[in-house]
Amino acid sequence: MEETKKDPPQFFKVTIDNITVEVAPGTSILNAARSIGGDVAPPAMCYYSKLEGSGGKCRTCLVEVAAGSTADPRPMPKLVASCRTNVMDGMIVKNITSEKVIDARKHIVEFLLLNHPLDCPICDQAGECSLQDLSYGHGDIGTRYEFQRRLFEREDIGPYIQLHMTRCILCYRCTYVADQLTDKRVHGILDRGEHAEISTYISKAIDNDFSGNMIDVCPVGALTDRTFRFKNRVWFLKPLDAHRDCDKCCGKVTLWNRGEEVYRVTSRKDKWGEVESYDGKPGWICNTCRFEKKKTSDWIIEGPRKISRQSVISAGHYVGVKKPNEIFSAVHDGRKPRLLMDIHKVSEINEPHIELSRIEGPATGAVFNNGSNQQAE
Amino acid sequence: MGIKLLLANDHIEGIRFYDAYRKNGGYSAAEKALKLAAGDIVEEVKKSGLRGRGGAGFPTGLKWSFLAKPEGVPRYLVCNADESEPGTFKDRYLMEFIPHLLIEGMIIASYALGSNRAYIYIRGEYAWIVDILEQAIAEANQNGFLGKNILGTGFDCQIYVQRGAGAYICGEETALIESLEGKRGNPRIKPPFPAVKGLWDSPTVVNNVETLAAVVPIMNMGGTEYARIGVGKSTGTKLISACGNINKPGVYEIDMTISVEEFIYSDEYCGGIANGKQLKACIPGGSSVPILPANLLLKTAKGEPRMMNYESLSDGGFATGSMMGSGGFEVLDEDQCIVRHTLSLARFYHHESCGQCSPCREGTGWMKRILHNIEYGKGKMSDIDLLWDIQRNIEGNTICPLGDAAAWPVAAAIRHFRDEFEWHVLNPEDCLKSNYGIGRYAEPLETA
Repeated sequence: MEETKKDPPQFFKVTIDNITVEVAPGTSILNAARSIGGDVAPPAMCYYSKLEGSGGKCRTCLVEVAAGSTADPRPMPKLVASCRTNVMDGMIVKNITSEKVIDARKHIVEFLLLNHPLDCPICDQAGECSLQDLSYGHGDIGTRYEFQRRLFEREDIGPYIQLHMTRCILCYRCTYVADQLTDKRVHGILDRGEHAEISTYISKAIDNDFSGNMIDVCPVGALTDRTFRFKNRVWFLKPLDAHRDCDKCCGKVTLWNRGEEVYRVTSRKDKWGEVESYDGKPGWICNTCRFEKKKTSDWIIEGPRKISRQSVISAGHYVGVKKPNEIFSAVHDGRKPRLLMDIHKVSEINEPHIELSRIEGPATGAVFNNGSNQQAE
Repeated sequence: MGIKLLLANDHIEGIRFYDAYRKNGGYSAAEKALKLAAGDIVEEVKKSGLRGRGGAGFPTGLKWSFLAKPEGVPRYLVCNADESEPGTFKDRYLMEFIPHLLIEGMIIASYALGSNRAYIYIRGEYAWIVDILEQAIAEANQNGFLGKNILGTGFDCQIYVQRGAGAYICGEETALIESLEGKRGNPRIKPPFPAVKGLWDSPTVVNNVETLAAVVPIMNMGGTEYARIGVGKSTGTKLISACGNINKPGVYEIDMTISVEEFIYSDEYCGGIANGKQLKACIPGGSSVPILPANLLLKTAKGEPRMMNYESLSDGGFATGSMMGSGGFEVLDEDQCIVRHTLSLARFYHHESCGQCSPCREGTGWMKRILHNIEYGKGKMSDIDLLWDIQRNIEGNTICPLGDAAAWPVAAAIRHFRDEFEWHVLNPEDCLKSNYGIGRYAEPLETA
């Protein structure tokens, strides 16, 4: 991600889906693909560039390496996790141009959704859920799983966060947050395999100042804000950029308002769903900013937050809509579209010689056909 | 009578203890090795062509030479004694009866790699072997083969025994390292490989018990001499733990020149199928390698007799071959149900999946449930294709080889015994009572 300025600039050329980019050595394939953007960037459920050691677990970002490097142009035998594989000079990567990758990804989505309850209608994450986007973009219709899905009890971990383990896809992001942002980590993964769950050790409350960031990094609705639960749908809220002076964190947040009321406060997320960086530091926010400053007067509002046009959150907001200035005839430029014809002139139904009130029973097309009018009369 | 190197002295009474072991030529390899330069030992092991005995069969000398040697960073040798593969128990035998062989091998390997601390990560269930090993280490310490300044060479080495907590996944080398560090035993994402960044971020070599023990005869007889035993790239001797429906289950040392047929039927080894039954199928290398029906087991697809070595067992790829694996030789007779057998393996892998990456975590449970349905007469014909599809999507898409290990047995069972699966679906009531039967599996393969 960050280019090293000390060394003489040396770049690796990497070709992803026939697009060649130059990136600094040590960049992962995923980040190289993100620098191209668009569909070339593989989806990532567990990788989070601001959390050290994350990635490699969900396997949605698998790509095919058609040539390892200029020096060793052999293809890699297996699909590799692009988030944890670094680029080499002359590497050729196939993402959406590889049928193998698309097929594998489709089934990874199926695996991820296997034990997911799909309770989106009652889930607070709906509308900003990475898993929703992923299954929409890469998944298959329906599932072939016919068994009981795994269930867990809901658990309150601390006064602010609720854990809904049933929805969890075990991306491990929140444990990295707990590990790297907070001191005295009290939560992690218990058990193994299908029974693995995020939990606190002996039902401890998480009350660290930065624990709220777990909600932001959670790609699904497993960790939700208790102060926001069931209050509102995210797409009814208006995101606003705001800041305040905070001695613990950067204080740069997104307020989610409805009218004047602040429903929730989150950190600012970039287009990959990660928190934005300020001066090279990730913009994590503290719990005071997140949970306790719920008045507009607490904040200095900068302006509306830009949300991707594709997101359901921006639906109905009509941001950037252009009204046409020209009159109709100028727009039509001599053409006469049929849509604008007089419906009374072409429709037999409206012919005045048929007395509609005299038709018995349900009217059919035959009633209005030429010559069959007598039946009605 | 085959050549015996590792188990040559296992019949001697008291070989478990230092005195008897020393009297029978023990620790002479260590004495010899410590006079050599470290690089020479690695060369000798390279010359011997010794391949990792844990399952993957990676050349040991090559693995040792890959070890990064940065200045001022300690290097570690870790012995993988977390032998949890169903059907494999060769390491247990070695550690239980000739623990000094492992200790001696570890001393030589530590010297060759320049590691002053070596660890034996032993399976938690082998609780009594921990005591045996610790006693052997104490004896080696007393006699100056461990500790400070071994044999006056100035080389310090200490071996520690660490018990696992009973997870199969901790036999994977990076998960083992994580567990050894006191963390949750999740496999790491490679690269970096342990040879560069292993235990406590230091270069580490992880070797199987048998591999390290085999270093002793290599030092005793020399690498080139050792390489003469066996065929081609399968040099030396291999311990095979035979189990299942055979007359003489147990641990056997073979020199990889005998055929599978000889191994199963000769009195020196397995002694034939128990109760006069017929051979149906066999897993030749521990539960995770593909199962082979009798016709393909005894003869390769080309019609040549299949030998007990790395190349011959994997002849034909996974379509008609299998793998040497860890040497867990499981024999199934005509009364065994393949679906039930596959179910028990799938249940094992479901139970032992670490839950880190999604295909393995979700897929193993799904396969287990479908197999359970088929076995108990609730299966559908489409389930067989679904199983095939699931295993195809697990294999190769996971972080560690456990995903592959879970997928291969299911794949092989469907590949070779699809008619048995179909019979289970079509005869839901009969499959609870009886077995499909031997069918064509005992017939020699007819090749065009």
